[in-house]
Amino acid sequence: MIPGAFEYHAPTTLAEAVSLLKEYGDEGKVLAGGHSLLPMMKLRFAEPSHLIDLNGIDELRGIREENGVIHIGAMTTENELIASQLLWDKCPLIPEAAKLIADPQVRNKGTIGGDIAHGDPGNDHPAIMMATDASFVLHGPDGERVVPANGFFLGTYFTLLEPEEILKEIQVPVFPRNTGYAYSKLKRKTGDFATAAAAVVLQLDGDICTKINITLTNVGPTALKAEEAEQLLTGKVITEDLINQAAEKAMAICDPAEDLRGDVEYKTHMAGEMTRRAIRQSLDRARGN
Amino acid sequence: MSSTADTVEREKNLQGIGCSRKRKEDPRFIQGKGNYVDDIKMPGMLFADMVRSPHAHARIKSINKEKALALPGVHAVITAEDLKPLNLHWMPTLAGDVQAVLADEKVVFQQQEVALVVADDRYIAADATELVEVEYEELPPIVDPHKAMDPDAPIIREDLVGKMEGAHSKRLHDNHIFTWEVGQKDETDRVFETAEVTVKQEMTYQRVHPSPLETCGCVASFDKIKGTLTVYITSQAPHVVRTVVSQLSGIPESKVRIISPDIGGGFGNKVGVYPGYVATIVASIVLGRPVKWVEDRIEHLSTTAFARDYHMTGELAADKDGRIKALRVNVLADHGAFDACADPSKFPAGLFHICTGSYDIPTAYARVDGVYTNKAPGGVAYRCSFRVTEAVYLIERMVDVLAQKLNIDKAEIRFRNFIKPEQFPYTSAFGWEYDSGNYHAALKKVLEAVDYEGLRKEQAEKRARGELMGIGIVTFTEIVGAGPSKTCDILGIGMFDSCEIRVHPTGSALARMGTITQGQGHQTTYAQIIASELGIPSEDIQIEEGDTDTAPYGLGTYGSRTTPVGGAATAKAARKIRAKARKIAAHLLEVSEDDLEWDVDRFRVKGSPDQAKTMKEIAWAAYNNVPEGMEPGLEAVEYYDPPNFTYPFGAYVCVVDIDKYTGVTKIRRFYALDDCGTRINPMIIDGQIHGGLTEGFAVAMGQELIYDEGGNILGNSFMDYFLPTAVETPHWETDYTVTPSPHHPLGAKGVAESPHVGSIPTFTAAVVDAFAHLGVTHMNMPHNAFNVWKKIHELGLDKRS
Repeated sequence: MIPGAFEYHAPTTLAEAVSLLKEYGDEGKVLAGGHSLLPMMKLRFAEPSHLIDLNGIDELRGIREENGVIHIGAMTTENELIASQLLWDKCPLIPEAAKLIADPQVRNKGTIGGDIAHGDPGNDHPAIMMATDASFVLHGPDGERVVPANGFFLGTYFTLLEPEEILKEIQVPVFPRNTGYAYSKLKRKTGDFATAAAAVVLQLDGDICTKINITLTNVGPTALKAEEAEQLLTGKVITEDLINQAAEKAMAICDPAEDLRGDVEYKTHMAGEMTRRAIRQSLDRARGN
Repeated sequence: MSSTADTVEREKNLQGIGCSRKRKEDPRFIQGKGNYVDDIKMPGMLFADMVRSPHAHARIKSINKEKALALPGVHAVITAEDLKPLNLHWMPTLAGDVQAVLADEKVVFQQQEVALVVADDRYIAADATELVEVEYEELPPIVDPHKAMDPDAPIIREDLVGKMEGAHSKRLHDNHIFTWEVGQKDETDRVFETAEVTVKQEMTYQRVHPSPLETCGCVASFDKIKGTLTVYITSQAPHVVRTVVSQLSGIPESKVRIISPDIGGGFGNKVGVYPGYVATIVASIVLGRPVKWVEDRIEHLSTTAFARDYHMTGELAADKDGRIKALRVNVLADHGAFDACADPSKFPAGLFHICTGSYDIPTAYARVDGVYTNKAPGGVAYRCSFRVTEAVYLIERMVDVLAQKLNIDKAEIRFRNFIKPEQFPYTSAFGWEYDSGNYHAALKKVLEAVDYEGLRKEQAEKRARGELMGIGIVTFTEIVGAGPSKTCDILGIGMFDSCEIRVHPTGSALARMGTITQGQGHQTTYAQIIASELGIPSEDIQIEEGDTDTAPYGLGTYGSRTTPVGGAATAKAARKIRAKARKIAAHLLEVSEDDLEWDVDRFRVKGSPDQAKTMKEIAWAAYNNVPEGMEPGLEAVEYYDPPNFTYPFGAYVCVVDIDKYTGVTKIRRFYALDDCGTRINPMIIDGQIHGGLTEGFAVAMGQELIYDEGGNILGNSFMDYFLPTAVETPHWETDYTVTPSPHHPLGAKGVAESPHVGSIPTFTAAVVDAFAHLGVTHMNMPHNAFNVWKKIHELGLDKRS
């Protein structure tokens, strides 16, 4: 459990960090909270020669609202998300889901940006980001670009992020009125990744569901968006029967990897069950129950 | 004349037996002032790291050390070839087998020790392990113990080919270790042939790991000038380690000093001697410098001693009223690649033959066959006396299976079969003499406390609604306190234990024992025993263990033997001192000894209680005014060889609710009544019971060391290996009865392992009970959500209408 030798860099500006990343190319790796990268280094699955620590860069921190959009610095820790009254008021799914991530020690160091940029399908924020229609600001040597969360995750540990780019900020639209939301996560114990989890954000107009996002954690090579299930429920009065049908459709897109949490059949069924529970809870919340 | 109030006050000041005295150990641990092996620093100390096998079974074709040795800061790379001239490449195990210290020509399990690298610091050592080039030729592994004795099975232990006389019996196959039989085979078979009812159940007790929070390690320091060897080591039995090290190294035992400093939990895992210790000691002898080796968590879970891996078939014969007539048991025991089981020498399956449990079973027979597989060695008692967890699991499961077959309530069938209070001392069909017990009273108390009838009624209503609720009942008997030297030895040394007490002139005392605390609170409770026996406040009594240069020889702490054996030695040593104190008091008061009586902390003259000498006064006199002919001083040593084991028992009830759409089991209620005889410190007992229940919960609900078909160990980190946190841990309700041991000087029996032994089958019983109305008689552990869901899904209980 001792990593190979590496050189440590502690830039204080984003520009400095990007220039270091450009200089070291494949040999360099950025360090955020370290709760994915450092274990991989200790097991020597990852052996970067240069570690570029983003923790000293102030411009990567902070949560603020601007014109109906919440801007979250990529280096904001899970505990800072949980402590943010702004998020609880305007986008409560994020702090609520953050409370289900890992354990208090990890949440004290782990960051939302690291969780997203790592591209691990076991991480929770990818599905949360897709469910909340978030966008990501990617900062590179040639400037910045903004990409939607949907489409950002290409495969396991594989995202739209270019080797010389750094995830700078997450932008999330404020929840409209009559929004219901939930993150249902089944895990074996505190600190574990999800066996399966489902994020739901929906809007009601009276009893009619006008919009719904359903996304899944850890049941495929990336977080998954259950589009057919969403289409099934959009424009309808959601009944228990429809919820079951939607769960079946969510299960149909699952492609989980078997591990000690369960086999493919179990994980697929749990994705369905978490979908049911997340839709039910979202409905309750949207109805103000 | 001493008033009652005065007596009570003086007793209270002693903080003796029965007092919930706060733990003396806690201030230093809470403040981070503990001193564990990895805290030891010595001048010039080097660090070792291990090169390990990536394969479960392979021939070593070559080892090239050159690149590793060329790395600046590397001092040595030690392999089996280097140990051979010293004859240290193999070492004896506690089970009569031998184990490779470093792999000799072959590796036989994944992560096996292949080479030890020694360097200036642990970072260089870690880098250097990657530079040692080992060329392997892979061989087919055996992972499934049921296939170990197949005619075409690959031979795991080539060193044993042709040696068919094993340590415990003839070997039937190259991968067979022993057959061990006990009881009346023919008679048992006859009872089964004519019985009104028989039941049979196969069950697998999965491979688990004790996983103490501190991993294993040592610091070895050989002084070339003095010829002395000092080893700081994570050991539950430092004195035995000294003997083994002396025998292996040829260094006189008087020049070997073994120190177990603070130990961060053992649970049986730290009884044996591991290859890392031996290789590190050799490195220090060769290099003449202190060498530290501390394994990481993955190494710990992958290579140090596992527990269980018992594949059991139980059978009961009974009459139609559920009265048991006979028990028959067959076990296939997976011991891994070396038989490094830690049991008393004569018992290759430990005390497994306690498996008639709390029941009056007239006839019984058990057979255990041990086999080699390409897995890590072990087979230790994980928070239990030797193989008692397996035994209790078997009989408690079988009684439930019989109850279900006969449709008799699971509490009622136990009442029908219990050994009755008047039958004690009771000799079991396997020959154990149970010292004392009152099983009926214990179970009755628990059933009333949980409103058992109400729970069964609620369960019936829930079943009618299609909900899954289970009630598990276990009434276990433990056997602890190994042990009488007529039956128990480790490497030929009788399993006594010891205590030495010195009372100083000013009346405080120092006591040392052959045991070693690993979290049990010995420094607190031993002092309480001495306080009650000698009338010296426990705050004035210093307890020391673990340094072989100072403590008297003892066999160590495991198998709940400390209170039954070490505690008895302590009481008896104190009584020797009290006997001498009585003589001194008689001398000081100028009366006959017979005229004196003991009063809490003093001897007083019968009928004239104002004439008294306190222990403090007597201690002073012991150093300047003793009766003529008496040697001065106030010290005693006791080596205590127990006449019998002690037999703690308990009655547990667990209530579970199972989510049929996820398989998640919620432990709604767990009620544990324990009877450990005389209770020395109720607070520590409660703490031990909470810990044992929590570890039992871990085993039953989640722990398992899993290997894939290639012999690759899976789940060997805390990502997968289940160590419950406070979040997962259920609420525990504890209760007790007191049935003292008739042969123990204090009537105490030992307690820390009962909750582990007793709770594990209780969880299984509760989970199975949730499905019992559907004809399910047994489900193998661990009862994690995935496994429970598979049963739900198989039965179609998760279908939505």
